[in-house]
Amino acid sequence: MIHIENLSKYYKDFCAVDQISFDIKKGEILGLLGPNGAGKTTTLRMLTGYFMPTSGTIRVKDYLLDENLLEIKKLMGYLPESAPLYHNMLVYDYLDYVAGLRGLDKNKKISRIRQLVDLCGLDEIMHRSISELSKGLNQRVGLAHAMMDDPEILILDEPTSGLDPNQIAEIRKIIRQIGEEKTVILSTHILSEVEATCDRVVIIDKGKIVANDRMENLKQSAGQTHFIHLDILKANFQEVRDRLREIEGVVGIEKINEKPNGPLSVQVACKSASDLRETVYQEIKQTNWVLIEFHQETKTLETIFRELTEEN
Amino acid sequence: MQQVIRICHKELKDYFISPIAYIVISIFLLVTGWFFFTTFFYYNQADLRNFFNLLPITFSFLIPAVTMRLFSEELNVGSYEMLLTLPVTFKDILLGKFLAGVLFVAAALVPTFAYPIFIAFMGQLEWGPVAGGYLGALLLGASFVAVGLFASSLTRNQIIAFIVAMAICFTLTLIDKMLFFFPGPLLGVIGYLGADFHFQNIAKGIIDSRDIVYFSSVIFVGLYGTHLVMQETS
Repeated sequence: MIHIENLSKYYKDFCAVDQISFDIKKGEILGLLGPNGAGKTTTLRMLTGYFMPTSGTIRVKDYLLDENLLEIKKLMGYLPESAPLYHNMLVYDYLDYVAGLRGLDKNKKISRIRQLVDLCGLDEIMHRSISELSKGLNQRVGLAHAMMDDPEILILDEPTSGLDPNQIAEIRKIIRQIGEEKTVILSTHILSEVEATCDRVVIIDKGKIVANDRMENLKQSAGQTHFIHLDILKANFQEVRDRLREIEGVVGIEKINEKPNGPLSVQVACKSASDLRETVYQEIKQTNWVLIEFHQETKTLETIFRELTEEN
Repeated sequence: MQQVIRICHKELKDYFISPIAYIVISIFLLVTGWFFFTTFFYYNQADLRNFFNLLPITFSFLIPAVTMRLFSEELNVGSYEMLLTLPVTFKDILLGKFLAGVLFVAAALVPTFAYPIFIAFMGQLEWGPVAGGYLGALLLGASFVAVGLFASSLTRNQIIAFIVAMAICFTLTLIDKMLFFFPGPLLGVIGYLGADFHFQNIAKGIIDSRDIVYFSSVIFVGLYGTHLVMQETS
């Protein structure tokens, strides 16, 4: 559906997006994940034709972005971050204006606006001025704006930022509903959002892609290792390592922290599938070490995200 | 073309739904009406020359006030991003907004038709210069709207857009009256740049291609400048 190749964007000397390439298939919900300032919004703006890329190509269906921009715009619905709508218009007037620009004829206009009102829950605010709307309602009007023409591709930039938990749940529900038939790209820096809505995730950091995989695969690769955290008194790292290395299923042992007169913190990496807590405990029981902290953690998307985006 | 009309329609609606249109048009009518009629009876001549003499100066103030929001507001709110990602081209947006500005100027001029009608009852009014004057006023208005659009595209701040547009319009109006500041060889060129000079030519009822070319060039330069500036921002 969408093919992006070696896309770069420079603002003067600053490189916001650096040679990224990825594909999006039809009917997929793709999450574009990254810390603030990673280049998510810039990427989406180039994808929608608002920014011209410094280099690289974007192909949507059979159209090239720099040649058939208008055709591509017809296929796409785009909701920029925080939905900047015209403040002085009424909700109905705004939707009517957008429907007009989208080329809907009179009868279709009314029926489509009705549908969107139901889908986005706008029926009580149609006669209100956009400047009076709360952030969540504003966002919903923005969503209706993006979906006006029933576009094949829906691009949403941080669709849930600044909303309360109820509104977030509602917007996610709507996104999943649309995602059943449409191709959706959404950017966010909230991990649970990606986990809750997306099929595939592309993680960007400092303008580069650091991960691009299906949700399950990422989780699996993450779930491959559990970590057991140990804080032990009266032990040195050498001894601990020698003893615990013998246990089957232990992949690695790492010293996190050691204070003189304080506990020694050790992280034991274990293969998935096996729960080694019992064996580890039994091993330690045989020594005279004092165990003061003992817990297991599984690597989640959050840890992957932190690992991928923090190191440089 | 349909997109141009839709955008133009929306901008016009914005003007006439909000108080902007009524305030600007009333001030325009008050100022021109006052200055025109306080001296009208002295001269005892049935023509509109004094009315048209004043127009370039009043337009230099009023048109920037009308055009200042056209791009600045969109850039400031961010709605420009939503507009440009709809299936419209930049040309549609630019022409739509320009056309809305010109129609607004026309709407401000319509009530002043009362002056020639009123004068025609009192004396022998020559209709040629009146028609020329209104045509010139429309051309002058369109040029200032193009200048205003350009100023509006430069900044997110409407006040700056207003002042920049006013400064340019003012300079264009008055430059041919300041010729003594310039060295001799430049006089011809600078004199030609004066909007007032060309406007007064048309207002006399003489429609000369040079004046039409002048206004068309100002419009073209203004719109093309806007195009370049907006291209740069994306």
